[in-house]
Amino acid sequence: MEQTENLSVQTTKVQNPRLRMLKTMLERLWQNKLAVFGGVVTFLLIFTALFATWLAPHDPTEQNYSAVLQAPSSEYWFGTDNLGRDIFSRVIYGAQVSLQAGLISVGIALIIGVPIGLISGYYRGFIDEYIIMRMTDAMLSIPALVLALALAAVLGAGLTNAMIAIGLVLTPNFVRLIRGEVLAHREKEYVEAGKASGISDFSIILKHILPNTIAPIMVQATLAIAAAIIVEASLSYLGLGTQPPNPSWGSMLATGQGYLDSAPWIALFPGALIFITVISINLFGDGIRDMLDPKMK
Amino acid sequence: MLSFLLRRAGLMIVILFFVSIIVFSLVNVLPGDPALMILGQEATDESLEALREDMGLNDPLVMQYFAWVGDLLQGDFGQSFRDNTEVSSLLAEKIPITLQLTVMSFAIAVLIAIPAGVISATRKGTLWDSSATLFALSGVSLPPFWLGILLIFIFAVTLGWFPPSGYVPITENVAQSLWYMLLPAVALGVRLSAELTRMLRSSLLEVLGSDYIRTGYAKGLLERAVVYGHALRNSILPVITVSALQFAAFLGGTVITEEIFNIPGLGQLLVTSIQTRDFPVLQGAVMFMALAVILINFLTDVLYSILDPRIKLTGGSQ
Amino acid sequence: MKSTSEENQLQVHGLEVGFKNKKKYTQILNGVSFNVNKGETLCIVGESGCGKSLTSLSIMGLLPESGEVRSGEIRFEGQELTNRSMKEMSKIRGNEISMIFQEPMTSLNPVHTVGKQIIEAIRIHRNVSKKEATERVVEMFELVGIPSPRERVHNYPHEMSGGMRQRVMIAMALACDPKLLIADEPTTALDVTIQAQILDLLNELKGDLDMSIVMITHDLGVVSEMADQVLVMYAGEVIEYTDSKSLFENPKHPYTQGLIASIPKLQGKTEELPVIKGAVPNPDEMPSGCRFSTRCAFAKQECFDQSPQEEGTEAHPVRCWMYSAEWQQMTPLKGGESNGYTTDGAVDREPIRN
Repeated sequence: MEQTENLSVQTTKVQNPRLRMLKTMLERLWQNKLAVFGGVVTFLLIFTALFATWLAPHDPTEQNYSAVLQAPSSEYWFGTDNLGRDIFSRVIYGAQVSLQAGLISVGIALIIGVPIGLISGYYRGFIDEYIIMRMTDAMLSIPALVLALALAAVLGAGLTNAMIAIGLVLTPNFVRLIRGEVLAHREKEYVEAGKASGISDFSIILKHILPNTIAPIMVQATLAIAAAIIVEASLSYLGLGTQPPNPSWGSMLATGQGYLDSAPWIALFPGALIFITVISINLFGDGIRDMLDPKMK
Repeated sequence: MLSFLLRRAGLMIVILFFVSIIVFSLVNVLPGDPALMILGQEATDESLEALREDMGLNDPLVMQYFAWVGDLLQGDFGQSFRDNTEVSSLLAEKIPITLQLTVMSFAIAVLIAIPAGVISATRKGTLWDSSATLFALSGVSLPPFWLGILLIFIFAVTLGWFPPSGYVPITENVAQSLWYMLLPAVALGVRLSAELTRMLRSSLLEVLGSDYIRTGYAKGLLERAVVYGHALRNSILPVITVSALQFAAFLGGTVITEEIFNIPGLGQLLVTSIQTRDFPVLQGAVMFMALAVILINFLTDVLYSILDPRIKLTGGSQ
Repeated sequence: MKSTSEENQLQVHGLEVGFKNKKKYTQILNGVSFNVNKGETLCIVGESGCGKSLTSLSIMGLLPESGEVRSGEIRFEGQELTNRSMKEMSKIRGNEISMIFQEPMTSLNPVHTVGKQIIEAIRIHRNVSKKEATERVVEMFELVGIPSPRERVHNYPHEMSGGMRQRVMIAMALACDPKLLIADEPTTALDVTIQAQILDLLNELKGDLDMSIVMITHDLGVVSEMADQVLVMYAGEVIEYTDSKSLFENPKHPYTQGLIASIPKLQGKTEELPVIKGAVPNPDEMPSGCRFSTRCAFAKQECFDQSPQEEGTEAHPVRCWMYSAEWQQMTPLKGGESNGYTTDGAVDREPIRN
């Protein structure tokens, strides 16, 4: 435990330069107006999703046959659908579904992908080279949407299963990324020094290698959330994601497509929200990448 | 060159082996009894059991796997559960349709990306550059199904210029076929185009700053000749890599695009096979898509070496 | 600086060039003037950042986008170049004025064969068939001493050594019989033995092809081997301009004297070389007086406040107060403040040789 003490002393020593670095990074992020915009919109969407119950003027699943296919009005801001449900409320609840799907599926991918990538990259060897890497190659050569569709079909339709399917599909990306980072770091002096002084592999991986991979993981994870939202919406569009009557942007689009001539608002509002959400997260993710390393651009 | 090809071919076979394991295990944990599906609810237990025995469904999974792969290697993809048609003939019927969609999309993507990327890089900081950057930023965030619906709404429903959905075989009427396929191709192509524009811009900016570009000007070339004759070919290399990496996502996009525009291609076949639990068709379609992705990546490596004489295709590490 | 005559290939007069960005304009070249006579070699000498490369790019009309010729004249065979359009300039570049660069390794396009790149240069300016152009390339390769020229035409740049690539660059530059060749440190990136070969080649070709050369260098060895006339630049200004012989025998400007003193000599004691201390001032922080005053061993009080004018003779002008009539009346610096040359050893040589 002496080692930990030494480490903590060192950390306090370098605290100031680190703070300064953080400050310049935040300044750089602030200067990137598009990233700030993306971050603000993303935050607003998260806020909306969290407080959907209070923000939605109507019950998103309540059907009202006296108000079917109504155009946007003061009562129904985004109009109503073929069953008389309020599109505005459904879009708000849809944000909940989309963000949840994005976060949880990327979370699943991280939980599976990070350990595999760390161990595979650290120990190398036959299993890494011939099983794990070729397995990721194989998974990546099947289009993500196709694999997610097939997995969702296997697991059964529904949001939970869709999130698991998307998480599994995203996993090889993280395995690849982290393995690459580990390979770049495992030959560095501090890892060699750690090994020489008899620190266990486990704590070398956890304390020395993992912290160095955090930045690229963060960037990749942010961008993966946007991708996951698109895949979830696609699955829901095809009827394999969120099940009716629960609102999801993808299934709303599927319904709305049939009413493009008479009630285009059914499709246009959820579609626009998908676009806004995805572009905001992408802008924010790009901003974080430039903030962490302006050269990576 | 030969040793490179052999090495890459070996790698392709290994990856295909893993793909086959994924595809096989997917289908074999799917709920549902194929025998029941073929014979229907009225079938007797005896006839069901007989069919299971006949199809090898009672054999151990490993045996089933090798039997399946053995058939695949002979070009036998099995028969559809629905109407017993050969999966290979189904694929042969659908692939040209999806191929037409992907080729048109890719052409559109390149036709937009090259001028947009070039203008953006050579007129850096101007309104042109900002517009191209805006296009690239929003394009990568446009899912094809949303763009598809938007295009249908604007160009088919509101303006009435295009049919909202459907397909005409190219053998029947070339002009009609291209016309029907145009909106889907745009819906699918814009995202790739945005990605390519972004890549081309940054790679072109880097190349335009290099010494041999200055040499080009010094020998009396005009900007057009320098950009298209010297800079573009050098900056296209990373763009090709990106296109190849994007190909899997691109092919995935055909599935949903075909669904939206009701195009009876490979993607729609795949979705139907999932909905109806038609395993042999599902397996065949997924195997084919993976094969296409793997082949495209292989061809990209070869193309790369043709475009960049510095790269020697040897058996050495990549 | 010097009078013009019929023999002038290139006249540059009062050239002012700078860079502008959104906020401000930074002037780099401050009234540069010189002449290049037909068939002569002019060497422009100075440390990096003194503006010698910018001068050559201005002549070629190849300034980077933010660069701007503020004022001054560049006359090639009596015709003004500074007001030419990009299109008009491209007819002159590679045809009547050619340029070779410092980096032979990166100055050729890696994805085309060297032959193709030269054929392109020929066919921009000459209405010849591909076959005739190829013959011309082979001829040029022979001229610049590339062995088995007919095979080499099909080589890619990466298949050649640095020296060979520089020969290719020279062949390309000379393919259209230019009247003026601008060589921007053509030997800096090469091995010493190859350097000598390239310089010999250039000298030889100059005689054979009857062209003028503007050679940009920081290396006084190159100057002694090549130059008829020498232009010494410091911080964007011409500080001394004369023929090669009198420059080495009778350097006037303290900076030139310092440069010459820092050349290692083969005879005599060589352990300690004098160096010029300090570095070229930043373009934004130019001294209000003489630009060299901050590093000059002889500087007097007035040197820091007032820019010197051109002094000396017409054949050997120098921009320094020492050669003015007022020098004797000027106030010396208080004792001990001299910032002259030292013999601290090689560490400080960096800024000069660069």
